[in-house]
Amino acid sequence: MTSKNFARRLRLLSTFKIAARALRRNKLRSALTALGIIIGVGAVIAMVSIGNGAKAQVEAQIASLGENVILIFSGSTTASGIRTGWGGAGTLKIEDAEAIRREVPAVTLVSEEVVSNAQVAAGNQNWFTRIYGESADYFEIRQWALADGAPFTSQDVRSANKICVIGRTTATQIFGSEDVVGQVLRIKNVPFQITGVLTSKGLSSQGTDQDDIVIMPYTSAMKRVLGGGTTLRNINAQVASPKDLAPAQQQIIALLRQRHNIREGRDDDFTVRNQEEIAAAQTATTETMTALLAGVAVISLIVGGIGIMNIMLVSVTERTREIGTRMAVGAHGRDILTQFLIEAMTLSVVGGIIGIVTGIVASKVIAMIKNWSSLVSPTSIIVAFIVSAGVGIFFGFYPARKAAQLDPIDALRYE
Amino acid sequence: MNNSSEAVAVRLDDVRKTYQTGEVEVQAVRGVSIEIAAGEFVALMGSSGSGKSTLMNIVGCLDRPTSGRYFLDGEDVSSLSRDELADVRNRKLGFVFQNFNLLARTSALENVELPLLYSEVALTNVELREKAEQVLEAVGLQGRGDHTPSQLSGGQQQRVAIARALINDPEVLLADEPTGNLDSRTSVEVMEIFQRLNEKGITIIMVTHEHDIASYARRNIVMKDGLVRDDVVVQNRLKAAAELEKMTAGEALEAAV
Repeated sequence: MTSKNFARRLRLLSTFKIAARALRRNKLRSALTALGIIIGVGAVIAMVSIGNGAKAQVEAQIASLGENVILIFSGSTTASGIRTGWGGAGTLKIEDAEAIRREVPAVTLVSEEVVSNAQVAAGNQNWFTRIYGESADYFEIRQWALADGAPFTSQDVRSANKICVIGRTTATQIFGSEDVVGQVLRIKNVPFQITGVLTSKGLSSQGTDQDDIVIMPYTSAMKRVLGGGTTLRNINAQVASPKDLAPAQQQIIALLRQRHNIREGRDDDFTVRNQEEIAAAQTATTETMTALLAGVAVISLIVGGIGIMNIMLVSVTERTREIGTRMAVGAHGRDILTQFLIEAMTLSVVGGIIGIVTGIVASKVIAMIKNWSSLVSPTSIIVAFIVSAGVGIFFGFYPARKAAQLDPIDALRYE
Repeated sequence: MNNSSEAVAVRLDDVRKTYQTGEVEVQAVRGVSIEIAAGEFVALMGSSGSGKSTLMNIVGCLDRPTSGRYFLDGEDVSSLSRDELADVRNRKLGFVFQNFNLLARTSALENVELPLLYSEVALTNVELREKAEQVLEAVGLQGRGDHTPSQLSGGQQQRVAIARALINDPEVLLADEPTGNLDSRTSVEVMEIFQRLNEKGITIIMVTHEHDIASYARRNIVMKDGLVRDDVVVQNRLKAAAELEKMTAGEALEAAV
């Protein structure tokens, strides 16, 4: 029994030798066949890497919104009667934020938010930018550190002090390379003292420059920039851990419905979203893109596989006499089958390995040229490798079986 | 030598082969019984359609008889499976074809090694090479092992094919029109190799339609309409070595004139 197994293994070993010799005999053909797989696998790896890179970038951007954040917008997308956009109708009051702070224990940080656009100026420079009114918690919620100076405090918020913190872009546009902290910024002709400059956050997932911003106490913004008004565009709340998100969200909804006297069965006049939902929507977009890219790449892999089948079929026909000769000198049908399968698999596996390397290099080069990020995942490499081997077996099997079933007499006479 | 000449290499018992082509039944071989002793050199002759190729395929274990029995080296091979027949071909038979059937772009050595790659006997690469070089030397191609078929003349290619047939130490060497693609001098050279191998005790069965080639064999079997019509011992057998000498002398004479 063991000697028979041994003999079988030896036979397989020499079939490997035979297949290697056959591939070496047709170097150009082998190289061209493998090229199909190289391009296919390379495309898969490159596309998936770039897709993953984009996804990671979006995720990083979403993380820059802060962790475990619940956003409460005034107005509702489903309000009956007049429908306003988020933050549209002024239904959220400062008191609502206070109530959340007081009555929802899971919420650790709260920031009242108002937003406006305004022309800001200092010296002879001016710039049109976004003005955000926030509470002192805002910097912690968004995990936004200052590059220079200090943020405003709760005390500043209570007193509606005329101070602000500005983003990197705004700072550069107005002050150039000057030291910004301590300078005065005129907003609607009201002088605000700049207490700090924020670290750069780059583009948001929607593509807006997050550093083109002026942040001040919301009380100051309401009083001095918005010119009165008591409603908030939205409230940012943060909970301690992800598991608190859902219960806190429910409590906030219940609390606000009660405060706004909304009867059972009527729609909310506010909208609550947590960051996970926003993240899910945005990663879904990039996942669609990745899937699309991968789909295109998989098609090219299939084309590569058909290339292998095509070449192997031609090769079986072209080598009919060779197959006949092999059979005449003692090759079994199985030996021929194995030989052609090994040839196909060698081509696709070698092509796959070269393709993986090519794909990684290509994704890095594209990422560098286009200033995208690319992320080569080990999974995609393993999958690409297995798939390319599979392609070899799948597309190599039909020609191999055709070769194995040849009749030696006919094959020897084949012209 | 004495012992082996008494042993029977090939014995056919009322072998018949019928082909079904569409509605028509073709009886290619219609009851052939022959015995070929070990050490014989047989030429199998006959016009096309005589059944000699079909009979050769059966003797070469490439095909099975429809009825009747075939004993090769005492073993009944009439009803073996495809794979078993392949093993019998590998162990006991050597093939030489009209169109050489060498693997293109493959060195003579690797061509010669081919049957051993399918053999049950496991040899190391070194042993394989040594054996291949040995048989190449036996057919007068020492030092040409690295040449590919396209770098060799027709006669040299056929010698590589003969070396390939010899590498397994076969019981019987089967040659199907071995000189069909060769000029007359090269043909005689091939016959010289065959006669030399035959002297050493190798059984040779050769299909040919050329009478002068057949007269290098010891025995001629002539087939017609699927039956053996004639089975004779060759009188005035030609000696290839002598013929070659004559040819060389003739050429020298021509050159002198």
